[in-house]
Amino acid sequence: MMHADPNCVLTGTHFMNGDAACCEGAIAAGARFAAGYPITPSTEVVERFAARVPKIGGIFIQMEDELAASITLQGMVWAGAKSFTVTSGPGYSLMMEHIGFAAMTETPCVFVNVQRGGPSTGLPTLPAQGDMMQARFGSHGDYSTISLVPNSPQECFSLTVKAFNLAEKFRVPVMFMMDECVGHMTEKVVIPDAKEIEVTPRRHASKPPSEFLLFEPGEELVPEMAHAGEGYKVYVTGLTHDKRGYPLMNPASQKELIPRLFEKISRAADELTIVESEGLEDADVVVVSYGITSRVAQRAIEMARAKGLKVGKLRLICVWPFPEKLIRELAPKVKALVMPELNMGQVVIELERCAGGQCKVISVPHPGGTVHKPADILAAIERGAQ
Amino acid sequence: MSTTADLHIHNPVEDVLRKERIPTIWCPGCGIGTTVNSFAAALLGQDIDLKKTAIVSGIGCSGRVSGYMALDSFHTTHGRAIPFATGLKLANPELNVIVYSGDGDLTSIGGNHLIHAARRNMDIMVVCVNNMIYAMTGGQAAATTPGNSITTTSPFGSFEPEICLPQLVDAAGAVFVARWTAYHVKQLERTMAKALKKKGFRFIEVLTPCPTLYQRRNNMGDGLAAMVDYKNRSKIRNGAPTYEVALEPGGEIVVGEFVDREREDYLTRMRRQLGTNYSELPPQPEEEEQEGCCSSC
Ligand SMILES: Cc1ncc(C[n+]2csc(CCOP(=O)(O)OP(=O)(O)O)c2C)c(N)n1
Ligand code: SF4
Ligand SMILES: [Mg+2]
Repeated sequence: MMHADPNCVLTGTHFMNGDAACCEGAIAAGARFAAGYPITPSTEVVERFAARVPKIGGIFIQMEDELAASITLQGMVWAGAKSFTVTSGPGYSLMMEHIGFAAMTETPCVFVNVQRGGPSTGLPTLPAQGDMMQARFGSHGDYSTISLVPNSPQECFSLTVKAFNLAEKFRVPVMFMMDECVGHMTEKVVIPDAKEIEVTPRRHASKPPSEFLLFEPGEELVPEMAHAGEGYKVYVTGLTHDKRGYPLMNPASQKELIPRLFEKISRAADELTIVESEGLEDADVVVVSYGITSRVAQRAIEMARAKGLKVGKLRLICVWPFPEKLIRELAPKVKALVMPELNMGQVVIELERCAGGQCKVISVPHPGGTVHKPADILAAIERGAQ
Repeated sequence: MSTTADLHIHNPVEDVLRKERIPTIWCPGCGIGTTVNSFAAALLGQDIDLKKTAIVSGIGCSGRVSGYMALDSFHTTHGRAIPFATGLKLANPELNVIVYSGDGDLTSIGGNHLIHAARRNMDIMVVCVNNMIYAMTGGQAAATTPGNSITTTSPFGSFEPEICLPQLVDAAGAVFVARWTAYHVKQLERTMAKALKKKGFRFIEVLTPCPTLYQRRNNMGDGLAAMVDYKNRSKIRNGAPTYEVALEPGGEIVVGEFVDREREDYLTRMRRQLGTNYSELPPQPEEEEQEGCCSSC
């Protein structure tokens, strides 16, 4: 484990918004390169990055569109850098092909999506959580990846660091799923000392070129990586490939590659069960939420408790992979799971599947543009408690 | 008695090929391999550090070139070789970065990236294999397909005129622009060698036959017939203004090195503007945030 570079980390107590904190998190995690294309409400992340990185040996390039940005960053990674891109709404849709490319080529990188109301141009300046299924399934074909969801500017800092670390550990594109509220909310952000910020280094080739296979599953089923310019003659393709990276298009090679891309994540299910919970032990109803919605849910939970209801809180910090085991264990112990989301009911589908009919699952949908009214979540809690 | 080992003849360019991947996927009479031969010879003829040389392709028959070269090889997505190459170059400016791909890939789906990489004068070399067709997908009309050609998606002849690539990239700001055909193997090698040594956005268009999916449907014969056609129709005009080099069906094919000029490339300009040694700029940004505010406001 390495630590952040003290020359680049803004240690101290700040008053900053989520977009700025995300940028600082990326820098603390070691990102010196990024490619982007402007879109509200995410642009502040790269605006700050563009101002910050020339002084620390990095480059931000504004590309001609998101199709370009989402692959330029991967060129940066294969040249040895840590890199990311930032977008919202329509831009995220344009990036989908390259999220699949990153999954297939096991390119460690981070895609930040500051979610806004959709579909289409939707509500450019207002919040939503409507891209949660897209984060999981948006690119064509079958792949598995990781999605983290912060609920405060503080977490926009610390979880961005984590997103980069997980990207390196699993060699996947990590989705960092903010929303307009969290991105534009200004709060206290404490940035620790560089030596307290752990940074996961790249899994770099430990063998010389003559013995090295670029896609040989290594420790934890993750291959080691060599970069362009290091003499390894890497071969990277989005086609189904063998351990050398050479195209090998048949059912057998597909079967060797694709399930491994899933398994390297599924075997780490416990490590990737990242939640914040409270009062689950004796709860009749548990409110399951993520991102900005968890802060409204908190209010509803307090209101319900004031009415004498036994309500627990479960906040999903890592939404994908979904904390399946936790929900399977929880469902038989409660009367109901209540899930408010700023969408018409996305992650609740997964919640319902994992609850397996063991308790009621109550969705509290919202089309976005603002956050829920606590009273609406309270009403769902009361229904669940009956 | 001779053994197979005795019979092994060293191909002068095999040192830069991934021999274990040959035979290629290309059809007999295809022109892509011919261009690769010139490219390989150009690479070997230079004092270029091959360990620091990366080749990036998009998708298509031509997009397979990167995978046959014994370099750092990247076979990316359809149309996006140039932005991937841009990322490689920015994060490691020591790399020689070459994009090698097809006409459909670089100029239709990837056309926007072509324009903007030329405008930025990104320090990469682009080889565009122009077989005037989307070959890999079975022979559909491309932006480069000559008007009135029969293709699978233009069974009554295409209704669109073809794009003039040298003019496009010249207007966008490329510092080196050339065109040859698969017939001009020596000239192509020399031009590639020259382009490999130049800094900035360099573009080489190579007209190549696709006997399988273009020539055949348009009664143009095989790969050899294409060579005869290129020989008869082409005219070398180095320095020709690019507005005079558009291809007309059956007309003259103007070939040569059209543009060779100097212009500051992206990274040089960036460094100049940031101050000569930008990594020594002060590490901390100005502090605009107020400190010590409570978290509930
Ligand atoms: C996004 C996307 N759209 C379409 C395709 C299908 N496709 C693969 S190759 C190709 C055309 C390639 O044409 P060109 O670049 O001229 O290469 P050629 O095969 O002619 O050498 C197309 C349309 C794809 N792979 N990806
Ligand atoms: S289809 Fe055409 S371009 Fe593709 S390999 Fe065959 S001849 Fe070459
Ligand atoms: Mg073509």
